[in-house]
Amino acid sequence: MLYFSAIILPLIITIVIFCGLLENKKVYDLFCEGAKEGIKMTVKMFPTLIGIFLAIGMLRNSGLLDFISNIMGNFLKYLNVPAEIIPLALIKPISGSASMALATDLIAKFGTETRIGLLAATIMAASETTFYVIAIYMNQIKAKKSRNVIIPAIIADIVSIITAICIIK
Amino acid sequence: MNYLWPVLIIISFLFSIFFGNIQALNNSVFESVSDVVQLSLTLVGNMCLWCGIMKIIKETKIMSFLMKMLRPILNWLYPEVKDNKNAMESISINTVSNLLGIGNAATPAGLKAMEELQNENIKKDELSNSMIMLIVLNTTSIQLIPTTVIAIRSALGSPNPSNIIVPIWISTMAGTLAGIIVTKIMLRKRKNH
Repeated sequence: MLYFSAIILPLIITIVIFCGLLENKKVYDLFCEGAKEGIKMTVKMFPTLIGIFLAIGMLRNSGLLDFISNIMGNFLKYLNVPAEIIPLALIKPISGSASMALATDLIAKFGTETRIGLLAATIMAASETTFYVIAIYMNQIKAKKSRNVIIPAIIADIVSIITAICIIK
Repeated sequence: MNYLWPVLIIISFLFSIFFGNIQALNNSVFESVSDVVQLSLTLVGNMCLWCGIMKIIKETKIMSFLMKMLRPILNWLYPEVKDNKNAMESISINTVSNLLGIGNAATPAGLKAMEELQNENIKKDELSNSMIMLIVLNTTSIQLIPTTVIAIRSALGSPNPSNIIVPIWISTMAGTLAGIIVTKIMLRKRKNH
């Protein structure tokens, strides 16, 4: 599994560039053009990251987070769920940029290969910002009756988080 | 966020006085800012790399190849749209972009698909079956290469940033399957009424 994970990305990069060559595309020019967008995206993320890191850093250092974790900790420990990921799971469906900053903060504080670090990364990538997606899609056609589209969307979110908790030991 | 953010900061301030942690709180303000600067510097490299690769995918036939591969699955997911060529086209672009993690291509295609589905919708103020499936699949969004997470992990010094891919696949698949099953059951119940 480790070897498989290691080969995926180099393989994808090679295949993509090879396909581009087959079609006589200027792959290097295309690559550079796309890479510019990476800078834009990071710049766009920067203010949110500052805002969330500030708030979460203050929350953690005020002692409040430990206080709450201690109260809920025993119950969650029984379920084998680390208390630290609960805020992330709650904010994930509501705000994409906030949950990204929160996950980054967790990975930075607990380490990339720890259970919490891996869980944070998985939860962040495993679903989209549910409420935001529903809002813009419904707004596009000015639909008023959602016919409970929220139910399958939320169930999907919950299932993917539970699965992550189960497979990452 | 405009309510949550100030509340978090005000509560933190009040509690740090209550717990006597004001010194730690003060330090955390400066720490947070320099943490973000450091993180962003390493992040920007990885983001550029993946945006570059995605651009090549977008401009080559890889995109249309993937769309062809997905046809049978899409026909099953959206039985009402099978014969609506324009809607199907937008839905395919949306699905493939989601799979590849090209968010800025997925959303416009998804919104266009909504408009084309609306043309055939009988009750204009209500979501049709296909629209519900489209929205649910866009909220779960299976990603083959979770580029942002990999970039963040490598920026934070992970020895093997892409190790996370398989767990992400498993959990996003489980969520998506659950979403599809619940949607199908929900829509079938409606039909019987």
